[in-house]
Amino acid sequence: MTKYDAIVIGAGHNGLISSSYLAKAGKRVLVVDALNQAGGCASTKAFANGFHISDCAQWVHQLDEKIVKELSLEMHGLRLGEAKRTIALQSSGDHLIVDGDSLSGAGISAADKKAYKAFRRQMQVFAKLMLKLYRTRAPKMVDADWGDRMTLLSLGLGLKMMGRRNMRDMMRLVLINIYDVMNEHFEHDGLKAAIALDAITGTNMGPRSPNTVFTYIHRMVGEALGNRGVSQVMGGMGSLGGALLSSAKTQGVEVRLGEAVTRIIKTGDRVMGVELSSGDTLEAIAVVSSVDPTRTYRDLLGYRNIEAGQARRVEQYRTRSGTGKLHLALSGLPSFVGVSPDDHSQRLIIAPCMDAMEAGLNPIKYGELTSQHVFDISIPSIEDPTLAPAGQHVLTALVHYVPHELKTGWDNNESAREQLLQSLLAQLEVYAPGIRELIIASEVRVPEDFEASHGVTGGNWHHGELSIDQALMMRPFPGSTQYTGSVVGLYLCGAGSHPGGSLMGLAGKNAAEEILKQGVLS
Amino acid sequence: MSAAERKTMLLTTPFHSRVEQYCELNDWGLWQGYTTPNSYFDMELEYFAIRSTAGVLDLSPMNKYRILGPDAEAFLNRLVTRDVTKIGVDRVGYAVWCNDGGELMDDGTIFHLAEDDYRLCSYMRADDWLEWNASGFDVTINNESDDIAALAVQGPVSCTILTLIGCEGLNELKPFGIARFDFEGVEMMVSRTGFTGDLGYEVWIDPSKANALWDQLFDKGRDYLIKPIGSHALHVARIEAGFLQANVDFVPAEIAVRPGRTRTPLEMGLDWQVDFNKSLFNGRAALVKQREEGLRYRFVLLDVEGNKPAEHSFIYKNGKQIGIVTSAAWCPTAKSNLAFAQVEMPHGAVGDEFVAEIYYQRELQWTRLMAPCKVIDGPLFNPPRKRQTPAPAH
Repeated sequence: MTKYDAIVIGAGHNGLISSSYLAKAGKRVLVVDALNQAGGCASTKAFANGFHISDCAQWVHQLDEKIVKELSLEMHGLRLGEAKRTIALQSSGDHLIVDGDSLSGAGISAADKKAYKAFRRQMQVFAKLMLKLYRTRAPKMVDADWGDRMTLLSLGLGLKMMGRRNMRDMMRLVLINIYDVMNEHFEHDGLKAAIALDAITGTNMGPRSPNTVFTYIHRMVGEALGNRGVSQVMGGMGSLGGALLSSAKTQGVEVRLGEAVTRIIKTGDRVMGVELSSGDTLEAIAVVSSVDPTRTYRDLLGYRNIEAGQARRVEQYRTRSGTGKLHLALSGLPSFVGVSPDDHSQRLIIAPCMDAMEAGLNPIKYGELTSQHVFDISIPSIEDPTLAPAGQHVLTALVHYVPHELKTGWDNNESAREQLLQSLLAQLEVYAPGIRELIIASEVRVPEDFEASHGVTGGNWHHGELSIDQALMMRPFPGSTQYTGSVVGLYLCGAGSHPGGSLMGLAGKNAAEEILKQGVLS
Repeated sequence: MSAAERKTMLLTTPFHSRVEQYCELNDWGLWQGYTTPNSYFDMELEYFAIRSTAGVLDLSPMNKYRILGPDAEAFLNRLVTRDVTKIGVDRVGYAVWCNDGGELMDDGTIFHLAEDDYRLCSYMRADDWLEWNASGFDVTINNESDDIAALAVQGPVSCTILTLIGCEGLNELKPFGIARFDFEGVEMMVSRTGFTGDLGYEVWIDPSKANALWDQLFDKGRDYLIKPIGSHALHVARIEAGFLQANVDFVPAEIAVRPGRTRTPLEMGLDWQVDFNKSLFNGRAALVKQREEGLRYRFVLLDVEGNKPAEHSFIYKNGKQIGIVTSAAWCPTAKSNLAFAQVEMPHGAVGDEFVAEIYYQRELQWTRLMAPCKVIDGPLFNPPRKRQTPAPAH
């Protein structure tokens, strides 16, 4: 039987990036994915007749430009669209435009403009420091080896170099909520909500949840990585997956799509390989899982194959997402009031104020639908007409909050989906009257759908809530940090490991570097 | 009478009405939430009942968990450090268990009652830990602590007395075996187990029959000088027999607060309990690491000069403190002054000699004694009757 150095489970961006770096180092690597398409959450699907939508992630805003370069992703077909401005839609029609550090419209005050620049500057300082920690494995605090101590030293030095005020602020802010911080800095409700949206995207948290400054800084790391706001991927998100796949193959990575790993095989006290849905078993020195920690430990390895305390950690690991999506195929360009036709290609958000966002979170805590949603809208077919038939368009929107567990259940619950769809359309219509008449096809995606289609537990594309108790040296949980756990031969390289979620790729890269450093492969 | 009716926080066991009647000294102690006698009438005479006739200990406060289901054996095998598959049906096994850090949580006994049916007896409450352990296993776990009354009947005539109350053929039961008898129409389970290192049994019965069981034992056993025994007498007997006591000789990991205060089974002389041939059990990875990197402490049995118990003593080597005593007693039958101690590595090999700092009081006067002591191999009390089958008749 062929024995691989490493079998990587999952051909998502982290899985492909990890395997590419392993293969670059001369290792024999196989990637297996249940789906027929590479890319994981960076995926495109055909929708209605002639339409294509990014059916999971819709924006790139954290991709590491170093990885893009090192893996020659542009040569392999990756093309990012232009950096988008954020247009925060206001009910008055006088919208707030956020473009990097500058604000305009919506009667924004000079004081807010100034405060925003200062706020951004500080967040950039924090994000830069954070990036230092993101580019390496998170150091252990107790059993720190020399490498860990160097990281801690450099982190401490970095903190000190920020100056007394920044250092004090970072310590104060990192655990608190974005709601309080917004009120500390700004007057304009729409501005506060626009920033708060970036702190809660993809989470199950509201602006008033603790940790939401941390999640905001996490998002800001995207800028430190070379991103300027959000961009779309030309050809749809799946093209990112395609470029990664092509790059991986060039590095010599063997890829098997459409075959699910059903089991991680453990013999004695170590992992020996994987079993596929076909019944085949494959052997490897290392099994590197890019699927989330819950699926890795609970479903693929099995609780009975790990120690009880570890199983308990997996059980306690929070994975619920409160983010859903709306997909529309439209017969023409919708018209958002107060937005010029050209600007419809920008990022449009509907988040009137933070209290409304927080109120939207409340019902989902109890498994109920909310009637107040927050939207993060993309009409990618303007910049990329290949996504829809001529003159027609697709619209995708991230919507918050949608309960992961609906009291009445999501399974075959068409009436709940219809209720959600109608509620979302009614809210959209306030800003884009007549949009209903343009709809050729529509679809709502609830967290459970992402779980079913993309295999992310809880529908959480961060592979687990990104809060400070599940981040950095505690990601995903103590006993499974630094890309490995107590099971010999099993590694984690997905968003569930440090530095976590969004289309960033550092988890995959760091994991590969750690595995290579350990020198366990042939 | 319930705790509420008595207007007290402490629970009473199913034998309480009888225990209360026999507890002449009214010397009550706390055992995991239950009030139980430290001594009934004279600690030393109670001890001698264990060694010379028969002593009866109410062990109902012991935590008892029923583990049922097709995965019961696999569940237990991951839970404890030893190989559970070696405990046959109708057999009992001693076991210890750890958390993921290899820190000792508790020790206890596993009763293999039937296929896929076990009872785990523990010192600590373990409801949550057992539930957490159940993830991924097809088992049900019931806390049946209050559903079973239990007495330990220990000593040379224990078999004879139990035979008189209806345990026909009990003398054929091997150590760690389980037998079942009828007692006034209900099943009475008897295991040849105990905490005294002597010939002895533990009797398990429905609480409704508790008083009747006690009455029959003391009625049929009167001529054999059966006596109730309290925890103080048991304490001496178990030290003499070399048995560890959780929360005395080690701090259970669940209740340890200070870092470094827990111990691993390897550090408690329990390596014979740790089966590294099992590919997985809680704490395995940590214990493998410790085995490679070396122990911090060694658990030793000390023979201390003189007859003053070395309770709470510091242990010195060349004037430097290298350990502490966790349990100590003058053991009358072994005629030895024994102590259990934790000493720092590399000390503690058999034959190593130390000094124990002992304080004792005579007529208000405190005296300090620096008593030489020596590490010995194994308990000094180990009578043949403990193992003999059939059990010797009296």
